Amino acid sequence: MKRERAPRLMTGAGVVAALTFAFLYLPIVTLVALSFNANDLTTIWGGFSPKWYGVVVANDDILRATRNSLIVAGTASLAGTAASLAAALGLAGAGRWERTLAEGLLALPLLVPEIVTAVALLLTFVIVGFPLGLTSVIIAHTVFCIPFAYYPIRSRLAALDPALMEAASDLYASPWQRFMRIELPLLAPGVLAGALLAFISSLGDFVITYFVAGPGATTLPVYIYGMIRVGVTPEVNALTAILLFVTIAVITVAFLLGQRPETDQNGGIES
Amino acid sequence: MTAAIGISAVRKTFPGAEHPALAGVSLDIAENEFFTLLGPSGCGKTTLLRIIAGFETPDAGELRLGGVAMGTTPPNKRSVNTVFQSYALFPHMSVAANIAFALEMLGRPRDAIRARVAEVMRLLRLEGLGDRRPNQLSGGQQQRVALGRALASAPKVLLLDEPLSALDLKLRRDMQIELKRLQAETGITFVFVTHDQEEALTMSNRIAVMRGGAVMQVGGPAEIYDRPADLFVADFIGEANLMPAVLVDRKGPQGRFRLTGSDALVVANDAGTIGVGEPAMLMVRPERIGLGPLNAAPCDVGVIALRVDALAYSGSDLMLHGALADGTRLRARLSGAAAGDAAVGDTVELIVPPDAVRVYRP
Ligand SMILES: Nc1ncnc2c1ncn2[C@@H]1O[C@H](COP(=O)(O)OP(=O)(O)OP(=O)(O)O)[C@@H](O)[C@H]1O
Ligand SMILES: [Mg+2]
Repeated sequence: MKRERAPRLMTGAGVVAALTFAFLYLPIVTLVALSFNANDLTTIWGGFSPKWYGVVVANDDILRATRNSLIVAGTASLAGTAASLAAALGLAGAGRWERTLAEGLLALPLLVPEIVTAVALLLTFVIVGFPLGLTSVIIAHTVFCIPFAYYPIRSRLAALDPALMEAASDLYASPWQRFMRIELPLLAPGVLAGALLAFISSLGDFVITYFVAGPGATTLPVYIYGMIRVGVTPEVNALTAILLFVTIAVITVAFLLGQRPETDQNGGIES
Repeated sequence: MTAAIGISAVRKTFPGAEHPALAGVSLDIAENEFFTLLGPSGCGKTTLLRIIAGFETPDAGELRLGGVAMGTTPPNKRSVNTVFQSYALFPHMSVAANIAFALEMLGRPRDAIRARVAEVMRLLRLEGLGDRRPNQLSGGQQQRVALGRALASAPKVLLLDEPLSALDLKLRRDMQIELKRLQAETGITFVFVTHDQEEALTMSNRIAVMRGGAVMQVGGPAEIYDRPADLFVADFIGEANLMPAVLVDRKGPQGRFRLTGSDALVVANDAGTIGVGEPAMLMVRPERIGLGPLNAAPCDVGVIALRVDALAYSGSDLMLHGALADGTRLRARLSGAAAGDAAVGDTVELIVPPDAVRVYRP
């Protein structure tokens, strides 16, 4: 019997897949492993020790950068999510064409090279005369947070039974009451997932931040970049690993929220 | 007394639709009435309900609730509640919170809300389920919650869009009785949508039979069943024997017809406006047909000879099927005793009483 040749059965396909995963994840695994290296020399294993995490936590500059990062990511993801929610609700009632156009424009920042957005934003701030600092970073981050927050909210909204909104109106809810009591609680998992995705994309952003951050607005990724210009130290490994752990945790939560079926939520305000 | 719901010349065409969903509907629905909209799929029943509720605005015509023209009054400002076909229970709220929703929106005091919710749950036999989520209920229970939620604020009008269609037959029968009981106890005007004619006949004070966006007939169940306004209503409600015939002669309103399918003569007490020699369509309900003596003369008035080709026994009665010479099919529902020993292949003589015959222009 002659076996049909299918691309996925070709010898070598498995090898390519294995190599791909290796290149993707081996460096990350190495980084995490070396962040627990007791040796002062980054690349020579000297036994297991969490001491570098202690060093990171004791570093005032790092703590300051962490504080900045959290302020930026917190504010930008909140503002970006609020804007996305408004956009999703507004566009739900719009015509097909308007919606396609608006959604395309919203998604574009994900595809445009980040350096372009960075330069464009910097240029705008300079022309307008906006001082570069934490505020300029927050504004820039809010902008690119929107597409990350928009899609989880939008897909949740699309799954919502329109009869529920009609039922609320029918039972004397004003449009505002309907939003607070029905729409928002039912959209909550999507809103939260969107906010978390926006949060981590803000937390990890380097290029845009590097361009629009003024003095005193150093965030963690920018600080790490500064550190490795001196050399890759175990301290950098530990700090980067922390960033990785936080990101994984947040993504997991966002994913689990996205999996929750509509009928199974407790997001509502109970009476 | 002003009607609870006054609908006059309401039209509605959806954008892009070829035919109007409602092509000029006028109806007056009285207070305390159990009023049913009945008709085949797509005839505009849901659209009419949605206009009463305020989810759609008519293109033309007027809707009055309690004598007040509604215009573009939004749904939350109308004393009308809907039981949705899909129930549309709020999935993130408990049963009690669902039932309390309208009362909360109306700003009733907390104690009053609690008391009313308990009362509604008792009325609908939902005691003990207050803390459950809708997805933890059976279909019948969900249906009762939807009903309770719509009833809690004691609206003037309750709209029910095929509320029983998702239930199995047994539950459906129980809920039909329960709905009737509720309507009687609360005195709320019910506008009930169904495409089940039997359900409509058993439950309603009055029925509007709709077709293609128009109301064909409005009347009590007996009137609709016994005196259908046209062939469509006759055929849609219950079972109908339709026999093409020609008017032979008439005496006042009474007319004598010769069936085209056989040479039998049939007398109708009310031959309407049909003239002698004109064709007509005669309608007789199967249960109005009797079995005649086998030796009756073939030309006797109101006696039709029929060759039986099938018998269907259904416990209480026997349905006898057969065809006339031209293929026109006839059915007669006979009580078990009256059926005697008729068998497939026999030719039997059916007696059609003159007051059972309805005459229509074909
Ligand atoms: N939102 C809409 N847009 C376009 N056409 C619609 C819309 N809603 C209903 N229609 C059309 O209007 C007509 C009447 O629909 P309606 O839902 O009132 O029928 P119905 O009598 O309730 O039928 P069913 O028994 O199937 O529920 C149908 O031809 C339907 O296709
Ligand atoms: Mg319908």
